[in-house]
Formats: sequence, C-alpha cells, structure tokens
Amino acid sequence: MSSRYTFGGDEHIFVEVDEEMSLEAFFVSLSMTNAVRNANIKGVTEICPANASFQIKFDPDVIHPNDMMKELKRLEAESEQGDNVLETRIIEVPVFYQDPWTHDTLMRFRERHQDPDATDIEYAASINGYDSVEKFIEAHSGSPWFVSMVGFVSGLPFLYQMVDRSRQIQVPKYLRPRTDTPRQTVGYGGSFSCIYSVRGAGGYQMFGITPMPIYDPEQTVPYLKDFMVFFKPGDIVKFKPITREEYDAAIAQVQAGEFMPRIKNVRFSLSEFNADMDGTNAKLMEALYDR
Amino acid sequence: MTVNVISAGIATTIQDLGRPGYYHLGIPMGGAMDRLALKTANLLVGNDEGAAGLESVFVGPELEFTQDVTVAVCGAELPPKVDGEPRDTWTAFTVKAGQVLSFDFLKSGARIYIAISGGITTPMYLGSRSTYAIGALGGVNGRPVQPGDSLPLGKSSRTVKDGLTVPKELRRGPSYPAELRVVPGLYWHRLTEQAQSNFFEDTWKVANEADRMGYRFQGGRKLEFVEREQPFSAGADPSNITDACYPYGSIQVPSGSEPIVLHRDAVSGGGYFMLGTVISADMDLIGQLQPNTPVRFVKVDMEAALAARKEQATIMDEIREVLSQR
Repeated sequence: MSSRYTFGGDEHIFVEVDEEMSLEAFFVSLSMTNAVRNANIKGVTEICPANASFQIKFDPDVIHPNDMMKELKRLEAESEQGDNVLETRIIEVPVFYQDPWTHDTLMRFRERHQDPDATDIEYAASINGYDSVEKFIEAHSGSPWFVSMVGFVSGLPFLYQMVDRSRQIQVPKYLRPRTDTPRQTVGYGGSFSCIYSVRGAGGYQMFGITPMPIYDPEQTVPYLKDFMVFFKPGDIVKFKPITREEYDAAIAQVQAGEFMPRIKNVRFSLSEFNADMDGTNAKLMEALYDR
Repeated sequence: MTVNVISAGIATTIQDLGRPGYYHLGIPMGGAMDRLALKTANLLVGNDEGAAGLESVFVGPELEFTQDVTVAVCGAELPPKVDGEPRDTWTAFTVKAGQVLSFDFLKSGARIYIAISGGITTPMYLGSRSTYAIGALGGVNGRPVQPGDSLPLGKSSRTVKDGLTVPKELRRGPSYPAELRVVPGLYWHRLTEQAQSNFFEDTWKVANEADRMGYRFQGGRKLEFVEREQPFSAGADPSNITDACYPYGSIQVPSGSEPIVLHRDAVSGGGYFMLGTVISADMDLIGQLQPNTPVRFVKVDMEAALAARKEQATIMDEIREVLSQR
C-alpha cells in the first residue's frame, strides 16, 4: 500500500490509500483523517474519510495548495503504523428482509436489473453460491460489518463485511440506477452493504428494510437529539433479521419515541481481528448481547 | 413581516452561502449555485452578503409583500416587474406593501437570486437556511417553496437608495460558448492519452439533467480507459473505482460517456472515477448555463487556477467598493 496524493482543483486534496478495499486501507484513511483533525491546520474546512481513501477541503486563500500537500505528507510520514486499535461501538440494526415495500419498488424497476425474473436477493444469493435466500440472509446477518464511509447522501453508511475475503458477498449494482428507493432500505453494491438514509435514487440491490431511523433533520428521534446523523466511520453493525410482526412493533415504538437501538462500546484491534476473525467476531457478539 | 408566494416559478429554493463542515457525513455545503450573484443582490438591498434569498431557475416566482421592502435581482437576465411595471436586474428597487413582484421571460443565463431587505428568516439547520431537498434539510420544511407559502422576513437595519446599481462592466454574464477551466487529476491516469486529449478538444453541450447536484454534458467522444484488472470491490466497469469522496466541481464520467460536474448539492462520494476538477473560480458560472449551451473544458494548472480565483475575488471586492459608496 502506498498512498497516492492528487489535487481536486484548487480547494481539495484527494488521497488514495489503496485502489482496492481492505480494512487495512480503511484504518489508514481513518487514522490519517484523525491526524489531520488533531493537527488543526489553518484553512482546512472539511475532513472526509472514505473506504480506502480520504479527502481534505481547504481554503487556498489561507493556505497554498502546495503547502497543504506538504503538511499532509508530513503527517503521513509521522504517523506510526501502530497497532490499529479503535475505541468504537457496536450497534444492532433490525432488518425485515424481503419486505413488501422494497419488493414493490424492485418490481417497478425490473427492466434495469441483470436478472429480471428473480428478486434482488434471489439474484444475490444465487450468484454468491447460496442454495437458498434463507442461507444468504444467514450470511448477511451472521457476521458484523464495519462502517467504512458515511456519505453519498446525508447520513448514508457504507458497510464492509468483517469476514475473510473469500467469504465476502459481492453483488453488482443495478444496470441502470433506479429513480426510487424506500427510506431505510438495506442495500448492496460491489462489496458494500448500505442503509439508504432518505428516499431517492439508488443503484444498490435491495434486500430489506430497517425500522430504525438513521437520519432525522428535525431531531425528534430521541437518540438523534444531539445530532441528526446516526452513523460515523468506525462504527460496527450487526444486522438482526426480524419478522413482519417485529417490524410493525418497532415502527410503533419509533412513532411513540420509544425505540432505542442496542448499542455497546467496544474496543476493536485490527491485528487481533486478522489473526482470528471468527474469534474476534464472537467476542463482539458477546459484548453486544452481554453474554 | 412576510412575503407570500403566489406562484413558485421553477425549482425556487431558499439559499444562503451554505453549511460547510458536514460533507464527511454526506451533507453537502449547498448554498447559492452562483455565490457572487447572491452576495451582490444582498449588498444591493443592504443585507449581509450571506443573508438568505431565493434562487429560481429559468422562471421566476410571483411574490406579494406585506410591507415595503427593497428588492434586488442578480444572476440571470430574467427581468423583474412590480405590479407589471418593468424593473432592472442588478439594481435595487422598492416594492410596496400589497404590490406583486413577478418576472418576464428569460433572456440569458439560468438562475436568478432575489434578495429582499431584511433577508428570509426561516429556521437554520446546521448553521444555514439553504434548502437541501434530497436530505429534507433547510428551506421551507426541507423543501423548495410552493404557492401558498408565507416566508418570514427579518428586520432591515440599513437604509438603501432606490436605484443603487452594479455597473455593467462588473456584471459577469455567461459567455457563449462557455469555457470551464479544469485542473486534471484524481483518476486522470485511468484515461488513455487519446481520451485525455479528446476530452479537452471536443465541444460538449449541457444536457437536460442539470441541477443543484450536478451538471451533465453530452456530445463529446466516448472516453477510453487504460486497460487493467479492476481492483477488488471497485466494480466491473472500467469507470468504476472503490467508492471514494467526490470533490465539489469534480468531473465523473460513468462508463466514459457523459461527464457530470458535481455542484453545491453534490453527492459526497460514490464509485465513479473522476478525471479532474473545475476550478473554484468557474463554479458560479456553471449555475448560469442553460441546457444545450456549447461548453469547452480548458486544461489549466494550479497557478492558473489560483490566479483566476484571485481575479474573481477582485471583482467581488470592486462590487463591494462600488456599493459601499451609496
């Protein structure tokens, strides 16, 4: 891995840590953006970590782009490749897989799909070698996921599966993007899951829907009172399959202002994870469920 | 103190200078697409440069005022009228209580900025009143203005002279064909040398898909990519990359066919390669391009980009200077 620095016009520097996604590349992106934030460089206006890259926006009237570039390279040289430990949180996200709303939507856009005769999740299960949709849902909800980027639109998390690359789910995006996606759809594109924070256009395959609000500009949802966006890069997510009845009950709780996601603070070590993925994930589950 | 919306025009939104600082969460800075036009309109009516006004595209709204105000319209040449009587753009004029501000047909440009003395005072979200409709943030309950809306106005603290105007030489209209200066970079190396030169040689046209998120261009030759095995997680199309951040003004070309320049309501990231970025000094201009306008992309280096930025700042300084001598 060797970072590539490039200018995005006169106001941005874009740094590609690696061409391909990996948790290692994500950790470099996260630690570099933290280092930039801590360095308090005058003129910096936006610090944006992404999956395997990051971007800094700055005011070139305050700092010359070449000096900004020098500062970033200096920070990279200084930052020790440490033990990649992250104090973070793990969150349980309930998912009603194969719900009627994303089903209605995907049926409206069949002509934009690779396999018009199957649903999105049937297609994803089949091309990833699962015998049944049930087995596929077990895989999607069985291991935890890393929030490796928040963006595209307001508060939308990109999630990266915490399993060996050989076991990772991969699904192409729609051939042509849809013009509609229900709010809180759980989607999939490439090797990323996502949760659509708002209703709108989208190209990811649709697997289900969560009752859990993750973006609330009015900030009436109790756990979004302090800030309207729920996710931040570095969060860990565990999907939990739920039934229609459980979904309806959760929606009623949301409407009554009583829904609270299950959240636990955890410490994550990338080297421990790489040494023993299943063991590390089991420990994360213990922390989440107090076992 | 309110202004009543009788008809909304096209895509009329409340905009100020935006909400920087939340792009890492997918919330774009937003704000007026043509910032110079909004700042100038505000100065003409005695507001702070960053007060909230209205941005309309091609067709202006009809507005009825409940008290006497000063109004200025800058940006596109979309002539304003007060109770049917013509008024000048780039010029302060009075609208009395009960009178109606409306607009004639568009002559040039694409977006007008309507500043009203006192400014629009809808609630702020993350430090701004700008409408980010995709995220249902700001504006009127997160949306553009609609007929029947009643928009609150602030108290005007400064008195202004009716007829205060921006000299013609300081009104920057769109050129035709338009030129947008670009610093190549980001994933520029993904293109073949032939594609790199074709992109700057060809004349493109503004497509119909041109809004606050981005402007699409058509008509140039399809861009070819350097062959490679696609990296893990990047997607199969040669124009795909591992999902990354998108700079404001960055130019992505899905499948190599139609370039899209991201603007103030940009999506903050995604999986398409970008070949470079429109310089900050030319971003305002994009907001004034009509569909079908021929456009050339002009390759510049960083020093040229910074010189252009300085030039743009000088024009704004001159406008401030002229309008302060009232």
